[in-house]
This record gives sequence, structure tokens and C-alpha cells, in this order.
Amino acid sequence: MAKLTDLTIAQSLDGLKKKEFSATELNTAYIEAMENGRSYNAYVMETPEKALEQAKVSDERYQNGTARALEGIPLGIKDLFCTKGIRTTACSHILDGFVPPYESTVTSNLLNAGASFLGKLNMDEFAMGGSNETSYYGPAVNPWKAKNDDRPLVAGGSSGGSAAAVAANLCAGALGTDTGGSIRQPSAYCGVAGIKPTYGRCSRYGIIAFASSLDQAGPVAKDVRDCALLLKTMSGHDAKDATSADIAVPDFEAFLGQDIKGLKVGIPREYKVDGMNPEVVKYWEKGTEMLKARGAEIVDISLPHTKYALAVYYIIAPAEASSNLARYDGVRYGLRVDGEHLDEMYVNTRTEGFGKEVKRRIMIGTYVLSAGYYDAYYLKAQKVRRLIRDDFHRAFEKCDIILTPTTPTPAFPIGDKSMQENPLTMWLNDVFTVSVNLAGLPAMSLPVGLSESGLPLGLQLIGKAFDEGTIFKTASALEEDAAFKGAK
Amino acid sequence: MTISAEDVKKVAFLSRLKIEEDKVAATEEEFNKILNWIDELNEVDTNGVEPLASVNENFIALRRDEVTDGNIQEEILQNAPLKEYGYFAVPKVVE
Repeated sequence: MAKLTDLTIAQSLDGLKKKEFSATELNTAYIEAMENGRSYNAYVMETPEKALEQAKVSDERYQNGTARALEGIPLGIKDLFCTKGIRTTACSHILDGFVPPYESTVTSNLLNAGASFLGKLNMDEFAMGGSNETSYYGPAVNPWKAKNDDRPLVAGGSSGGSAAAVAANLCAGALGTDTGGSIRQPSAYCGVAGIKPTYGRCSRYGIIAFASSLDQAGPVAKDVRDCALLLKTMSGHDAKDATSADIAVPDFEAFLGQDIKGLKVGIPREYKVDGMNPEVVKYWEKGTEMLKARGAEIVDISLPHTKYALAVYYIIAPAEASSNLARYDGVRYGLRVDGEHLDEMYVNTRTEGFGKEVKRRIMIGTYVLSAGYYDAYYLKAQKVRRLIRDDFHRAFEKCDIILTPTTPTPAFPIGDKSMQENPLTMWLNDVFTVSVNLAGLPAMSLPVGLSESGLPLGLQLIGKAFDEGTIFKTASALEEDAAFKGAK
Repeated sequence: MTISAEDVKKVAFLSRLKIEEDKVAATEEEFNKILNWIDELNEVDTNGVEPLASVNENFIALRRDEVTDGNIQEEILQNAPLKEYGYFAVPKVVE
């Protein structure tokens, strides 16, 4: 029999139901993997005793026939989700020692479905970054390495720990969040599947806020089916989040394997950008051919305001962040660095507690919201945001789904100079992912092949609002045809 | 638009962040690079376009403004770096 940690969630549930192994055995296998996999720096907090406690309950439920949807499945949770009684820091120094007295709605939904939590996963500080290098706990390490090159590679960001842990089988599945590509980009870099659902599909209650109008929770998993299973449980209306949608959650799994004959797949011409890695282009074309071979109709579409999406994002996200992060002042939780008077205490705490990238974004956000600049930057960005969303509305009159690459390149080495020296170079990695957040649409990244250097490349499927079903249907077809093999 | 050294200091103050004197010039340069890039938005004609603050502007939910919890003073204070007499404690503000 294969190792327990090689199994997908669907396979694990099957084995548990058939009593081939117990939830305790499954959780123990992942705990061992987690402990042996510390070199990936994927976890910033391990909670093996909690997982085993939950597994014990699961085993009882399997015995007495009351097993729930994800009974006994060991998951890793991005450190952005508040977990009751378990330290939650957003991988920031400023939240040192913060232990939430409440549970986020999404993690609570998973616990109520019988899942167990192995620990908290590494991420860029407050989800701001594209390489997991801004984490106070150091970067998560990508389980993949380029051929003939021993340098450790970034796992991507901000949900780098989630993608690395799933790729290295250190959890059966993971939770991530996505504000500008933070689920999809690391999923692509690590060769795993990840979906950012429609804005409003999952409750944001208890997720530490970065940019509230863009943030969404989503799963990172070993395959498309596991994403469907996790998302189904995570989703749903929540009175505690006024932006969560009161819309029925379909059975996403039911879409897998459905016929895609006649499906209209849009290829946006503006995503063919200069300087794109030729291998990324090759796989994009390959993916297009695969869908065509199954009877999908390929449609040329235009998203004319694409080139402005990054600039809009880097106004709106920092603006919302500067406001959301104003709460970290050393008074109610986390780090406090004393000062002579109250204002000095605020300044000392924030100066020591926040990292470089977070400070940069707070300052940009403060600037674009400040008197005299608000109209020129913030209001202008919000107007262009509407144009970007309208572009998608128009495109979806001609097609059912959009296919693009997830990232312009495969993963790059940790500490890469060009990324470190100019923040704009790092930000460009989000070029294919940010528009989706600005428009609030669902999008999935799935691995389709390896570059010449042996690194995974991902394709992105963008759907209409609340039409994750079409994404799952199309992704399962692509997944079958691409027959991507994991890291091991 | 360009940002000056004075602006950098003002923004740092508004953000409640300390910026060392010898870092001001580098920050100024970096910010100008970013703002310069952001300025490309001026190419876009947004006459008559309404700003979009939230994608789900059509289904913002309303709820009754009711107290739904309470008596959790200890939980609220449990993470406070400093607390006294059931309050968050801060450096003295009033002389």
C-alpha cells in the first residue's frame, strides 16, 4: 500500500470509511511527515496534540456511523485565520503571542465537518508578498528544485507555507487566502491546485484583514477534487460578515468529469505580455489544445484595461491595508514597545513590529488616502477598478470561462537580487492574478507540466461570479489530460 | 506627481512609523518610482465612471443592530500587553 500521506483527501476518506486505517493512524502519519519536513519551514506552529484529540473523536464517529464530510482529515491552516486557543500571528512580529479567543468561520466550518488541524502555516507578513520572504519566521521553502541547481526556491506567496506543505505531503490539504494571487501563485510554483472562490463565497470573519474588498479564503490541495471537497465545506453565508453572499453553495464535486463539449473558453489577448517565459506560453497553448480536443470552443477575447490592474491593485490594497493595520498599536494585543508617552509607544511598537514590506504598503496607503491625493489616486483607482470589472462582464458575454497562465515564470531562488532591490519586479509576478480579485471573480490554478528546468507551471481558469462549478468542470478535464505528476 | 522628503516624513508620522533621517532619501526615491508607475492610470479616461468600492455592491446585507454577546471582559483583555483594574492600560496621557 502507498504511504498514507501520499493519499488525496478523497482517497483518505475512502480508506477511513472502509476502515483500512484509522483517523489516528492518518493523523499520526502526517504529524511524522510534518516533524520530518521542518526544513521546508512550512509550519510556524505545530499542534499535533490537537490533531490527535480531534482524530480520536473522528475514530469514534467512524465507529458509530456518525462521520461527517471531512471526518479525520488532517489540514494545515494559514496563520492568517484566527484559531481559538492556538497562536495566530499573520507571521508578523507585531502579533507576537496573540492567542485568539474565537474561531474564524471558515476554520469553524471545517472543524464542524470533522477535519483536524496539524498546525499554522507560514505566509508573507499580513499576506503582503509574493515569495513568503516577508514572513517574520523566514521563507517557506519550495519542495521542488531546478535541475542541476541546488539553490532553494521560493514557495511563492503569500500562502507559501500552504502550497509547500501540500506539495511535500505535510498535510492532506491546506487553507490559504488570496488578495491578489496569494493562493494561485504559490500553488503554481509548488505544483499543486488552489482556488480563490468568488468574493463573498466564504466568510471573512476571523481572517486577519489585509485588504477587505479583495481578501478571500480558499483551499490549496493535492488535486482538483480535493479543492472541491474543501471549498464546499468552507463556503456559505455568515451573518458575521456582511459581504458574505446569501447564495446556495452547490456540490462542487458533482461538476468534476462533466462534458465540456461546446464550452466557450476565452483567451484574453492582453495576457500575452512581453518578456513572458516561452515555456509558459507553450503550456498555455497546450492547455488550449487539450480543451479544444474535448470539443470546447476557443474564443479570442479582450480585457482592454488589463495593463492597469497592477497599478490599481497597488493603490487599493495598500489603502485598505493602511486602514486595517491601524489597529496594531500595542494596546489590546501583540507586541508593545514602551515609550515616554502614548504616541511614542504607538510609534515604537509599530516601527519594531512591522517588517519592511508592510511598512512600505502602510505608507503608500496612507499617502494615497491623505488629503489632497485621495481623488488623484484612490478615487481614480476605484474608477479604473470598475472598468476592469466591466471588461470581464463584457468578455463573459462571449465565453463561459477564461484560460490564462497563472504566473509569468516558474519559482525563483530565495533571496533573488532583482526581486529584493526593486519592489516593482516582485509585484509583477501578480500580473495575471490581480485583475480577478479586483473583479471579485473565482479563479483556480492547477499544475499542467514542468519547465525545461524541471519546475512546475500552472494554468489559471477564471469563471463568472459564483460559477465555480464551470471552473471545476474545466479543471478536471485539464487535470486528466495534463496528467501532472507531483514532486515525489 | 512626485513626493518630497517632507512628504515622506509627514506620511511616516501619519502612519505612526519612525523613519531614520538617513533613510528618508532612499524612501523618497523608492516612493517616486512607485508613484511614477502608478501615474500610468492617468492615461485612462474615467469621465462619468462611478468608483467601485466593493464588487458585491448589489447585495450588501443589513442586519438589526443588536447586542449578541457580552460578559466576555476577560476574553477581551486576555491578550493585552498591560491591563489594570479590568482596563487596557497605556502610558499616562493626562498630567
